[in-house]
Amino acid sequence: MSDILRPLIVGAGPAGIRAAQTLVGAGIRPIVVDEAPSGGGQIYRQRIVPDERSPQDLYGSEAAKATALHETFAQIRDRIDYLPETLVWNVRDKAADVATGNRTRRIDFSHLILATGATDRVLPFHGWTTPGVFTLGGSQIALKSQGCAIGEQVVFLGSGPLLYLVAWQYVKAGAGVAAVLDTAPFSAKFHLLRGLLAQPAVVLRGFRYAAELMARGVPVHFGVQPVRIEGKARVEGIVWRERGKERRLACDAVGYGFALRSETQLGDLAGCRFIFDARDRAWRPECDMAGRTSVPGIYIAGDGAGIAGADAAELAGERVGLILLEDAGFSVDRTRISVLERRLAAIHRFRDVLEAAFPFPDPWAGSIADDVTLCRCEEISVGHVRAAVRDQGVFELNRLKALTRVGMGRCQGRMCGSAAAEVLATACNQSLDSVGRLRAQPPIKPLPLEIAADGEAA
Amino acid sequence: MSPTLLRDVAIIGGGLVGSSAALALRRMGFSVVLLDKGFCGAQASGVNYGGVRRQGRPPEQIALSQRAHAIWPRLNEIIGIDGEFVRSGHLKLARTEVEMASLEAYAARVAELGLDLELIGSNQLRERFPWIAGNVTGASLCPGDGHANPRLVSAAFAHAARLAGADVLEHTPVSHVEKAPDGFYLSAGSATQIKAQFVINSAGAWAGPFAEAFGEPVPLNRIYPSMIVTEPLNVFMDVNIGAEGGGIYARQVERGNCIVGGMRGEPLAASDFSRPTGSGAVTIMNRAAALFPPLRHAYAIRFWSGTEGEMADRNPVIGFSRTTPNLIHAFGFSGAGFQIAPGVGEVLAELVRDGESRTPIQAFAIDRFARTAQSSRAGSVPEPIKRETAQ
Repeated sequence: MSDILRPLIVGAGPAGIRAAQTLVGAGIRPIVVDEAPSGGGQIYRQRIVPDERSPQDLYGSEAAKATALHETFAQIRDRIDYLPETLVWNVRDKAADVATGNRTRRIDFSHLILATGATDRVLPFHGWTTPGVFTLGGSQIALKSQGCAIGEQVVFLGSGPLLYLVAWQYVKAGAGVAAVLDTAPFSAKFHLLRGLLAQPAVVLRGFRYAAELMARGVPVHFGVQPVRIEGKARVEGIVWRERGKERRLACDAVGYGFALRSETQLGDLAGCRFIFDARDRAWRPECDMAGRTSVPGIYIAGDGAGIAGADAAELAGERVGLILLEDAGFSVDRTRISVLERRLAAIHRFRDVLEAAFPFPDPWAGSIADDVTLCRCEEISVGHVRAAVRDQGVFELNRLKALTRVGMGRCQGRMCGSAAAEVLATACNQSLDSVGRLRAQPPIKPLPLEIAADGEAA
Repeated sequence: MSPTLLRDVAIIGGGLVGSSAALALRRMGFSVVLLDKGFCGAQASGVNYGGVRRQGRPPEQIALSQRAHAIWPRLNEIIGIDGEFVRSGHLKLARTEVEMASLEAYAARVAELGLDLELIGSNQLRERFPWIAGNVTGASLCPGDGHANPRLVSAAFAHAARLAGADVLEHTPVSHVEKAPDGFYLSAGSATQIKAQFVINSAGAWAGPFAEAFGEPVPLNRIYPSMIVTEPLNVFMDVNIGAEGGGIYARQVERGNCIVGGMRGEPLAASDFSRPTGSGAVTIMNRAAALFPPLRHAYAIRFWSGTEGEMADRNPVIGFSRTTPNLIHAFGFSGAGFQIAPGVGEVLAELVRDGESRTPIQAFAIDRFARTAQSSRAGSVPEPIKRETAQ
């Protein structure tokens, strides 16, 4: 049975590694494709060049989990086919096109597990394209992977648990954090008290980050409305509004983000049916409790199936591995699946608490100025989008793309798509789900024209 | 049920042909309803390569093509935008002596038709277009041709028709059309009823069933031309490129992106949309990098494909139905409709107003297939001219 099973796992983060481990445990040899040079995903990303930093320095309270995941991946390394620094750029029928550097090859698979994770949700405001502005995730990767800070006086801005985590990691690493600007009001944090019962460790950890930041003299502001980032060749300062007053702070870098968005392009190319996730304010592939998509043989685990975080990704990775085995006719440990599902359910309940504590910054889409760049690849402003609604009656995202080029550039809407949907929905007075989602096209990331094909692509 | 819309003309299909016909008819004072099952210009009219090219068309299309040629530079005045139309010239490359001979023969055949073709030898080609590499034997340049942005042009024609007073009903698929003694009756969308004196069938790849409903089955197939686009690069490609025998076509837009086509995609399951295949895209990318050295280190950022109707003889169907008075067909542009479509729109409006057009369209009659099938004489089919795919 195992010789006909050829599962392809996309992504070697917490979900991908746990899924691979589960399949290996049943004697299956999966292919694991990952864009990074080493396993761990974004959350447990490894250093490019070894340095003196300990796992404790790199991952803080999550060091034990990071180390365990890295060790697991090392242990199964010779029982999987692992393709690092490799991009899955197309999926069609039961085949994937994967590119490593300047070569592309086709991988035929029996099953596909998408463990593609998430990236920062970026909402533009004045100056967001100034050199020195990073996403929260990007700020974190600079620190973890390259051992460098994005600046010497960094302001962290936005909403979401990552805001405090990254600021705390910067302080721990000895980098200068000028301020933390939380777009949610302080009162929103009381929701976390509800979460104390469900996930006490997580909540207490969050409180600890905030407390330590304040103890070290980092100013934390709540109810912040970003106004603009100042500076031309480089960030020089940030201006925001707080309780009706404009405030300014000098800084040389800004890390910002508003929670995360699932990476869903491959699911779209694979033909998975999508549903609107109101909590994540985004369309994503529809999955059952076990991670099965609408396409037989295609599964999703981790943040790619809706944002739930690294702990959930590990659990979902293991579960999806077991479910795949069960679907393929293996007998699996049903008790273990029940345990995983109970834990996942608890995390998902807690997600509602987090969403209330770190809400989306309404009414961002209505208040943002016309001259703010929305799509940086194609240099399209918020005003362009509003004009398309006003003058051409646009009410759908792909039509907006066709008429304005929003989402047509290098990032294929991965960066600007969420913001474009929010601006469009607000401008045409429709619900966010009704404006639709950008249809994915291969390649999901840019490919060199001179790419050499080993055999026929999909 | 909503009241029946009474219009002079009902147009099925809001691509560039239907939209430009709607606009031309409104300008003549006819009342018009334009129906599309999705967004106007979202299929072949909006997602084609964007070649605005007369060169390479069979001689019987040239009069129509020349009529359209006069429209393109006037887009601003007609639809309010220039549609990124650039009169760059169209350079058709020959990679072998045989292909060069074919370009020469074509130039001779259309010599009197006003295309002003210029045949260029290999030395001169290298001098004038140093960014073209490889074994190119020669080329034929049509200086008056160019390219434009289909995404914008097609939607803008529909928008202009709406501003001119046409009812443009998007997401309103026509489910039924029949002829009664007093006119055509159409059912569309969930509850739209229309009565019209004329019906124009400009439903592109979806036109077959409407023709068949009036007893005129046609050999209409679907093709899925597929394209890649590069990241923005310094502008080097100052002419629209084609190739005798097909396989590659390319243009560079003002923003710097190069658009390259030459392969076919495949339809998505149970969908009106299609997608390039991975292998097709890689083939186009490799060909582009080999032919154009400035693209060697460039990246492709996006692929796309469209659904287009193709006739067996690669000529469109344009003209009155042979079975049903006041029914007019215009479809099957076989991957070469973008340039001539605005001219076709004018012709269709003339057919409604005058019952005939000042531009000859006899070669595109819908009954040519029936006549061919009946005829046993060899050579009754006009010799097909080898043409590029999907421009």
